[in-house]
Parts: sequence; C-alpha cells; structure tokens
Amino acid sequence: MNQKYIFGIAAALMVAVFATATLVHDSDKSARRDEVADQNRSILVREHSPTLGEAEARVHIVEFLDPACETCRDFFPYVKQLMAAAPGRIRVSVRYAPFHDGSEQVVKLLAAAKLQGKFWETLEALFAAQPNWASHHNPQPDMVWNFINGVGLDIAKLRADMADPAIDAIVRQDLADARTLNVTKTPEFFVNGRPMPSFGYEQLKQLVAEELDSQY
Amino acid sequence: MKAEPVASSQAGWTPLFGAWLVAASSMLGALFLGEVMELPPCVLCWWQRIAMFPLVLILPAGMFPLDRSVIRYALPLTLAGWLVAVFHVLLVAGVIPERIQPCARGVSCKEIQIEWFGFLTIPMLSLIAFTLIAGLLLFAQHRMSR
Repeated sequence: MNQKYIFGIAAALMVAVFATATLVHDSDKSARRDEVADQNRSILVREHSPTLGEAEARVHIVEFLDPACETCRDFFPYVKQLMAAAPGRIRVSVRYAPFHDGSEQVVKLLAAAKLQGKFWETLEALFAAQPNWASHHNPQPDMVWNFINGVGLDIAKLRADMADPAIDAIVRQDLADARTLNVTKTPEFFVNGRPMPSFGYEQLKQLVAEELDSQY
Repeated sequence: MKAEPVASSQAGWTPLFGAWLVAASSMLGALFLGEVMELPPCVLCWWQRIAMFPLVLILPAGMFPLDRSVIRYALPLTLAGWLVAVFHVLLVAGVIPERIQPCARGVSCKEIQIEWFGFLTIPMLSLIAFTLIAGLLLFAQHRMSR
C-alpha cells in the first residue's frame, strides 16, 4: 500500500542517485587520467627502461609492473600475444612499480639483470616462480635467488650491481614518474601515451587495436 | 481495543523509515567512497560498516509488516556502531593518543581523507548517522509503546 510505494520510490531514487554519481565520477576520472597522461608524455618512458620489440614499431606499450603482483603475472602472456599478433609493429617498455612491501629488492634485481642483458629472461623466471616467493601479496625477496638459477646470470656481479646507487636511482625515478602519472595500481598500461579507459584485458586489446589502425 | 492499537503502532513506521533512509544513504555513501572513489577503508571504518550495512536490510524487514521488535534487533547494532564512531572521531581529533590506535598497518585511521566545511570528516558523518538512527529508533519505540 502507501508505505510500500513510499519505500520503493525512496529506494529506487537512492539507487538512481548512486548510479548517476558513479557514472559522472568515472567519466571525470577517465578524462582527468587522459589529461595527466597527455601532459606527462615525456616521462612515460626513460632511457633506462627495458624495451622489447623493434625500435621502428609505431605502437608503444608502456607497462608499470611489480614482479610480485599476481595480475601483472597474468597479463604478461597476453601482452606477448598482442605483440605476436602484430609482428614488428608493437614494442613494450617496462617501468618499475614496486608497490608491494619487499618487492623493491626484486625490482633492483631486475634492473641489475638488465645490465647483463637478461632482463626479460629474469622477469619470466620470476613470474613463473611467483607463487613460490610472493604468495598472497607477501613477497619474500630473499627467496627469489632460488628461482633465477636457470637464467644464467653472473650472481656476484648481480649482487654488486643491486647495491649500486645508480640502480637505486632508477627505481626512485620510476616510482616518482608513477606518482606523477597517477599510477597507483599495477599493472598499468599506456598505449602510445593513452591510458586504458578502465582496467581489463579487453580494454587493453581494444586500445592496441585502435593504435594499430591509426598508425598503419 | 480494536482499531486503536493498530493506529498507534503505525505511528512508529515513519521514524523507522527515517532511520532506514539514514542507514541506506550511509551505506551507499560508504560504497561510493570505497568502491567508486577508491579510498581504502581503514580498520575502524570496516567495524562501522559491519554495524551499518545490516540495518539496511533489518529495518525494512520490521517495517513490512510493522513489527516493533525490530527496534530490539536494530538498536544493539546501532549502539555498537555508534561507540566505534565515537572512538574514531576522538582518534582523528587527537583526544585519544595515537599510541593506542589499533591500526598501525594498512590505512591509518587517523588520516583524514575527506573534510567538508572544515569539520565533516568521514568518521564524523558516520557518528552523525548512527546518532540519528539511534534517536529515530528510540523515537519509534516511544511512539509505538504509547
């Protein structure tokens, strides 16, 4: 009766206000992200950033990742699939975003492995063994040594490089750039400087397809 | 002794509805801050959510049909949430020293994420909401026991 109508209308109104506010907020946020990315194009990638793919490739994916992040691990094969689907047209650069406690050491290990030309091999080994050394968002940096034996790194040199302030500076720089670009979660992707409208594999695929279309 | 009790007990419906409005807007507000604006809730916020969210379902269950015992079920939740909110507000205000704050890890409960008009912080909104709900429930109780 009357009370039921009043209640129903109130409930529907509240849900409608919530939904509208969510839509407005999300579209504002996405516009702001585009703007921030656009203003900071020059710091999307640094000289020290490891890059895979042909230098002439016109579609450039920049990925902020944390080796201890499970979603980064899940996305890694997808990114390689995207590259394989458009040979020579896509390149990928990695930025370090060690947001988990303890993953900073692991990121330094990656940066040191890059000096030996083994960044991608080391990253693959770390991702493959991730459930062992970083289960439940609780990375154990001391354990990673057990899982990189197959990569063929010079471990003594690796340890020395990891202690080098230059490596520390690289990680600081990447973290500072992440802050400027408003990257708060991993993985975060920019395709030719454009952020994903919302998070998801399909959105990344779509963004890459759009850039492939406009560049080739 | 016939229609009278029904009429007087129906008088409690409006304050119950008011309490539900406050609880439901608090819940949607908390969900908006947490899920849409992505402000991470601290430990004390979770405790207040645990007290607030069930009210959104319990109150209508006692409004259709009107059942005055819903107040007995809703009031303990409200008071528990109210106490946590008071603790939280005092913590933010610095009345309770940081030394005994329960959330050292994760998001600090002391951190002020939103401040409207210079005094309306999230814990303050929560305290206002719990106070309103408690007041409305007591008022409904008073109206229905007449």
